[in-house]
Amino acid sequence: MELKYRQAKTGKLMIDILPDKCDFCGCCVGVCPEDAIELKEAEIYIIDERCTNCAKCVWSCPIEVIKFNKNGVLF
Amino acid sequence: MKNEYDIIVVGAGPAGSMAARFAAEQGVSVLMLEKDRDVGYPVRCGEAISKAGVEEFIKVDSKWVAAEINKFSLNAPDGSEVIVEFGDAGYVLERRNFDYELARTAAEAGAEILTRAYVNDLLFENGKVSGVKHEYKGEQKEVKSKIVIAADGVESRVGRWAGLKTVTDFRDMESAVQITAANIPVDQNTLYFYFGQQVAPNGYFWIFPKGRNKANIGLGISGSVNKKKYAQYFLDEFMNKRFPDAPVLTKIAGGVPCSITLDKISGPGIMLVGDAARQVNPLSGGGIASGMIGGKIAGTIAGEAIKQNKPDHILTYDKAWNDRLGKRHETFNRIKEGIYNFSDDKFNNIAHSALKIPIEKRTLGKVFTTALINNPSLLIDIAKVFVV
Ligand SMILES: Cc1cc2nc3c(=O)[nH]c(=O)nc-3n(C[C@H](O)[C@H](O)[C@H](O)COP(=O)(O)OP(=O)(O)OC[C@H]3O[C@@H](n4cnc5c(N)ncnc54)[C@H](O)[C@@H]3O)c2cc1C
Ligand code: SF4
Ligand code: SF4
Repeated sequence: MELKYRQAKTGKLMIDILPDKCDFCGCCVGVCPEDAIELKEAEIYIIDERCTNCAKCVWSCPIEVIKFNKNGVLF
Repeated sequence: MKNEYDIIVVGAGPAGSMAARFAAEQGVSVLMLEKDRDVGYPVRCGEAISKAGVEEFIKVDSKWVAAEINKFSLNAPDGSEVIVEFGDAGYVLERRNFDYELARTAAEAGAEILTRAYVNDLLFENGKVSGVKHEYKGEQKEVKSKIVIAADGVESRVGRWAGLKTVTDFRDMESAVQITAANIPVDQNTLYFYFGQQVAPNGYFWIFPKGRNKANIGLGISGSVNKKKYAQYFLDEFMNKRFPDAPVLTKIAGGVPCSITLDKISGPGIMLVGDAARQVNPLSGGGIASGMIGGKIAGTIAGEAIKQNKPDHILTYDKAWNDRLGKRHETFNRIKEGIYNFSDDKFNNIAHSALKIPIEKRTLGKVFTTALINNPSLLIDIAKVFVV
């Protein structure tokens, strides 16, 4: 699968999802206050325009698949 | 497939299948949409359920029973083990087959089912939900309905699109990982629970046997803990210590919303069931049986609303759910919050006290009462659950 590293629109603190490591379990989606995560059967990405970088998804992912991207680099 | 139904159910888990079945049994038209290619797979679940939880819905069948349970083993941080015996407590399921069978009962009642159909938005008419948009085989489609029942699990996005507040506070979300492993030589009729800071702070660790020394091994911890140390690491540590060479057959991640039910689980044209409505028992994290109950109540009411042509009838669902289980879950949630704050020492002391109760008199209720003897306010809650 193509790696899609996304960057939030606000551009301050960055959240990355590593889709090649994701289990598509939905835990992060359930806690996202902005409904900013799109999750299909085997595809996941952050909807840039909605994400506020609140990091709740990072805190709840059981297998460390969403991470802070301190560099803020858009891949 | 038609382009209009009386009721559309989103998600074919236990809650969705029961909603579809009990609605379809009343002769109304029902379509159930599931995003995955398979109903019941992947299995993100420890698969334990009480006997009563199953029997309300389906005749027990060896096809989906992996193990029969008659004992709990509760393990304190210092290694003290409290065994509680039951006559016939319940089962560890083979949910892959179980969910299939539940979907079959919905189909038998007349519901149509479509897999690989990813619902990505709702249709509205005069401020009321009037159908869904979904992606199927790369094409965007629309199907109309009088009622949409959202059974989309922990994600619970459908409800949000309808304007209901479905977000789970990350502290109430139990971040979970689980493996199914072989060569785990534990008693095949016992559910094992482990507590404490080392194994699963603000949650618990489990080993649920699946027959022939296979077992579901996993844990759930509050997001407030997962934030500092991911669930994954707790599992790795436990396995390295206890079963370093066990072959792993499956590994899954998951989230269990352990809170009280959402404030509102119905609105104009929309009803929420199962994890999507936060109908999980917040103390145990068990959501199969309670989801099926939520699905049954919602499906029945939705069917009645269509037959009697009374759209507002679906708003009676909130009360019906609260009367059956919702209020009980509020009590369970308070007990959970009490237990969350226990130190390892406290768990050890509870185990030591519980071990003084002779095994033939040791019930889960008595163990809990022992657990909370120093928390008088919680004792009242416990009494309500186990005595009343
Ligand atoms: C690790 C773990 C262990 C657990 N252990 C136990 C246990 O031992 N006992 C117990 O009782 N409970 C347990 N639970 C909880 C239990 O698994 C859930 O409560 C239960 O599965 C909820 O059923 P449901 O029908 O509400 O949702 P689910 O079973 O999650 O079904 C939701 C369905 O909706 C589909 N869906 C989601 N979004 C869409 C969309 N947009 N379009 C179409 N379809 C969609 C999903 O693919 C899924 O099939 C556990 C949970 C986890 C994570
Ligand atoms: S950082 Fe917050 S808003 Fe952005 S995707 Fe994660 S949970 Fe949602
Ligand atoms: S919580 Fe983690 S594993 Fe689960 S869907 Fe989100 S990123 Fe993937």
